[in-house]
Amino acid sequence: MSERQLTMAMAINEAIGNEMRRNKELILLGQDIGPYGGTFGVYRGLYDEFGEDRVKDGPLCEAATTGFGVGLALAGMPTIVEIEFIDFMTLASDALCNQAAKMRYFFGGQVQIPLVVRTPIVNRLGLGAQHSQSLEAWLMHVPGLRVMVPSNATDAKGLMLSAIRDGNPCVFIEHVRLYGQKAPVPEADVPIELGKLRVAREGKDISLITYSGMVKPCLDAAEALAAEGVDCEVLDLRTLAPLDREGIWSSVRKTGRAVIAHEAVKTAGVGAEIGQTIMEGAFDYLQAPVVRVASRDLPIPTGTLQNLVFPDTADVVQAVKEVMQ
Amino acid sequence: MGTDTIKKYEKEFLLGLYERMFLIREFEEQVKFLFLEGVMPGTIHQCQGQEATAVGVCTALNNDDFITSTHRPHGHALAKGVSPESMLIELFGGVTGCCKGKGGSMHIGDVDKGMLPAIAIVGGGIPLATGMGLAFKMKKTPQVVATFFGDGATSEGAFHEGINMAAIWDLPVVFVCENNFYGASTHVNKVTRLKCIADRAAGYGIRGETVDGNDVLAVYEAAQTAVQECRDGKGPVLLELETYRITGHSRRDACQYQPKEERERWKNNEPIGAFGRVLVTRDDVDEGDLEAIRSQVEQTVVSAIKVGRSAPEPTVADLLTDVYA
Ligand SMILES: Cc1ncc(C[n+]2csc(CCOP(=O)(O)OP(=O)(O)O)c2C)c(N)n1
Ligand SMILES: [Mg+2]
Repeated sequence: MSERQLTMAMAINEAIGNEMRRNKELILLGQDIGPYGGTFGVYRGLYDEFGEDRVKDGPLCEAATTGFGVGLALAGMPTIVEIEFIDFMTLASDALCNQAAKMRYFFGGQVQIPLVVRTPIVNRLGLGAQHSQSLEAWLMHVPGLRVMVPSNATDAKGLMLSAIRDGNPCVFIEHVRLYGQKAPVPEADVPIELGKLRVAREGKDISLITYSGMVKPCLDAAEALAAEGVDCEVLDLRTLAPLDREGIWSSVRKTGRAVIAHEAVKTAGVGAEIGQTIMEGAFDYLQAPVVRVASRDLPIPTGTLQNLVFPDTADVVQAVKEVMQ
Repeated sequence: MGTDTIKKYEKEFLLGLYERMFLIREFEEQVKFLFLEGVMPGTIHQCQGQEATAVGVCTALNNDDFITSTHRPHGHALAKGVSPESMLIELFGGVTGCCKGKGGSMHIGDVDKGMLPAIAIVGGGIPLATGMGLAFKMKKTPQVVATFFGDGATSEGAFHEGINMAAIWDLPVVFVCENNFYGASTHVNKVTRLKCIADRAAGYGIRGETVDGNDVLAVYEAAQTAVQECRDGKGPVLLELETYRITGHSRRDACQYQPKEERERWKNNEPIGAFGRVLVTRDDVDEGDLEAIRSQVEQTVVSAIKVGRSAPEPTVADLLTDVYA
């Protein structure tokens, strides 16, 4: 029997729909999430099934919407807030970073904050500097937040289930390029443990460490390099917080080499954290310096220039060759 | 728009308004085709049906007065005198475009023409306008800022914060709400209990006014009064201009949320046709004059597209310019 295939958008929709059926208190907040189904259609059908009391289409006010979500969560109602583009997380960040992330701690553990903020990276579409960013490193930098970065439908469903049940403020970072990509998704609701990376491809020569939109280019690079006799292991981090340091170490200890790839700009990006993580736990095994593949440190331009900013498969291949020399 | 009002003005002035509005319409229609052809990158938010708001307001401004704009900026730009060529080059991603091909549709603008390149964060331009208004006041220049934003933007904190600050400091800012009744798919009635957005002015202790935004002379007169109040130190003012977008929110939007009857009604009242019908009631204007203007504008747009298509693309060297001073 062939496994059921769903797109990533459908997988997320299914996880949320199933949780809403199970947990009558779970509600959705956001803009254009009612009959419209969300800016990228992830909520299609949910409004019809659950109605406007639970799929709450609200005004454009990301800062307050996130605050409402925190309030709902504090009052015992698990909530999922949709922020239409990750670029607008700057507006949501006070409620999320100054409040939700720290509350349990500075309240001495008095509260639960079952809040998920879903938001997509929307890049390479020529939408310009305010609609093209990858801001995951900002979020990863805040103790108290969970950060999920699924790269496929299978993981997206399991990670969304975990995020909803986690009880901590979670930022669930989706990717517009992945929404339509299909993968086998189990009908059963099986949460994926947070902080466990996935070995997307086993290999012995070098570890390609990546997540979200760069997993596919890294797998493609690994294929190309295999033809040249380089055996790449590809690690899909799946969550940035918690970060699976042990998983990274065990791969790099085996391969002795690492390239880290992400679409966010290079400076102070997730790659910097992973590179240093490798120094702290696998330095003695390294046979070559760790190399980062990332976007250039620029606001994202529109037009053809954007192609010069984002990394692609060829950049990964080149970085691997550099490290293998 | 009465036949009396139309008699108050010089023929040239009135035909100028008609020409400007038709330029916007023709520009938008041609750009729409270019996008559908797939020769332009990114997405577009267009303003067919809203031409009178841009033209009415900008005609009341001097060259050195400023406007701020939104994700839907083409009409504002053309109305403020940004050249169609520089805009088309920008849309094609050319290096000689108004933002050197780096901004694209959502950041069109030209500081030399008194238009801050558009801000695509909903509500994001409003506090900037307040800051610019403060600068003009402190420099004791007679300049005024008109800040365009939509009905959706009035739910953002930035709207409240920007307008309140301008109010307490008597700043020369005209807050121009283009109420087209929808923020993306969401009807304005779902995001405010007020009957009209202009009523919010009372909450800030300033003057507010609701105007037929499809009547270019009504908009012009209201804007002129508001601008004069600002120059006299009696600002700020909130203008609500009721209008309608007879095109999708963005490139892919099929407008299913707009009831057909409503859409047809507004289409029949679109501002260019409505103005034309009143114009020809003058003894010295006939349909031939309007036809002549239209064909001349069509030529202008055709040649601007030609320039746009053949504009040189930016190179790697351009990629790194203008990141820092
Ligand atoms: C802060 C922010 N939130 C959401 C968006 C996505 N978005 C772009 S335009 C728009 C609707 C804006 O509605 P309105 O202010 O009425 O302007 P209109 O599109 O009608 O001109 C939305 C939700 C955005 N660009 N910025
Ligand atoms: Mg609107």
